[in-house]
Amino acid sequence: MPSEPHLHARRVLGLRCRECGAEYEVQATHVCPRCFGPLDVAYDYGVIRRLLTRQRIQSGPPSMWRYRDLLPLEEDAAVVSLGEGFTPLVKAERLGAELGLRNLYLKNDSMNPTNSFKDRVVSVAISWARAHGFETIGCASTGNLANAVAAYAARAGLECYVFLPRDTEAEKLVATSVFEPTIVAVRGTYDDVNRLCSQVMEDLPWAFCNINIRPFYAEGSKTLTFETAEQLGWRLPDEIVIPIASGCQFVRHRRAAQELLDLGLVDGQDLPRLTGAQALGCAPVYRAWEAGTDRVSPVVPDTIARSIAIGNPSDGPYVVRIARETGGVVEAVTEEEIVEAIRLLARTEGIFTETAGGVTIGVLAKLARRGRWNGDEVIVAYVTGHGLKTADAVADAGRRVEIEPSLRAFREKVAV
Amino acid sequence: MTILCGKEFDQVPVFRIPGPLRSLSGGEATVTVEATDLRAAIDALEAKYPGFKGRLLDEDGQPRQFVNLFVNDEDVRLGQGLGAPLQESDEIAIVPAVAGGAG
Repeated sequence: MPSEPHLHARRVLGLRCRECGAEYEVQATHVCPRCFGPLDVAYDYGVIRRLLTRQRIQSGPPSMWRYRDLLPLEEDAAVVSLGEGFTPLVKAERLGAELGLRNLYLKNDSMNPTNSFKDRVVSVAISWARAHGFETIGCASTGNLANAVAAYAARAGLECYVFLPRDTEAEKLVATSVFEPTIVAVRGTYDDVNRLCSQVMEDLPWAFCNINIRPFYAEGSKTLTFETAEQLGWRLPDEIVIPIASGCQFVRHRRAAQELLDLGLVDGQDLPRLTGAQALGCAPVYRAWEAGTDRVSPVVPDTIARSIAIGNPSDGPYVVRIARETGGVVEAVTEEEIVEAIRLLARTEGIFTETAGGVTIGVLAKLARRGRWNGDEVIVAYVTGHGLKTADAVADAGRRVEIEPSLRAFREKVAV
Repeated sequence: MTILCGKEFDQVPVFRIPGPLRSLSGGEATVTVEATDLRAAIDALEAKYPGFKGRLLDEDGQPRQFVNLFVNDEDVRLGQGLGAPLQESDEIAIVPAVAGGAG
């Protein structure tokens, strides 16, 4: 990409409070000291508009970094990359036929380097942290984030501490520990881990990906929607189904779609309807949606969809508002529906997703069967993690016949 | 410090103040109060360092959307809310809600 040496000072203005609008310099902080509201990166879109074209994006690398102009990393900062993003958008003909949807697409983000969408946010966070002189990276995680942070910290040569609930899936622990971070296994839920990290962070010069450098980290999520629009031929879908944990990425997809519209990068004028998916075993946002309030009350999670089991979702209120504002809904599925959806996706499309993906596909199927769509809408479901991360959920699945190594045994037991 | 059955100073409930609010507590990271429930503790904190109550509670007297309150690491919204009883040496943590991305 052409270098723009003095661009950053004008492109990224600083941080702005989503609640009170107070503005701050670029720094490692996530909370507005005035009102405790969340801080977001503020851009000068006038500068970006003059610079950014479809052609410029398409001539960029085949990764999410082709959207660097809409990410908060200085022009001269090196990217810590493992080739994240630009994952396949596949048209789901067979799943669509089963659900009566003729234009159903799956954004398969399990194809990222550590097999979840977390590589997008972590690539931005660790690039930013290294560029700003941090030597130690941390995160509070249910598993996938720790996995990504450990890998990218290894890639960047940074010290790494990941905090996890001690009952995190074995697959995720192995895939994290191989990168040799310090794993802090906490006797509690993710919400306990998160609260602890918020307190630990106060006295340490560390960059916690999803806490103090969260404004930068969160921006990486936008690239999922940027890519989806590009892969659809520079148009936004009619509706996107998104798993909800903290609600962080849901909020960013709203922003990403708005940026594409405002910058004239996509045809059309309408935001996609944004629909959220939760597991009933941890559904604080769904409960608020059903109750008609955006006041989200915390719950104690109890679900196999552990990667999205956040009982106290920080962006929950915004999810409710955005779903309402865009014409989406928030829906939830049972544990059985999660497992059925994992199998449905595998059987019809050859994609093996983790339990969080089962939640997304489960909600998609539930809404389709309930008649939410007429069948012609362009609908995209974000499949955010790979099935091998939660293999136990479907461990008893599949047809298996054990035979002697003889033709006779084959004919008797297998051939029909 | 002698009101509550002669408890020592370090046996009364203590607030842990997060960085963004330490400007209200004169830079102190911890503030002790005398109270037997969380609501009274917030009143006592306000009496010591005016300004806290408005930052923690909304107009209806409920915890603000972006404020999480924990008594001994338990989220009070999962229990008795502002009515949460306090014992000697209990720790009250004020934690900004904006943290923690998904999985």
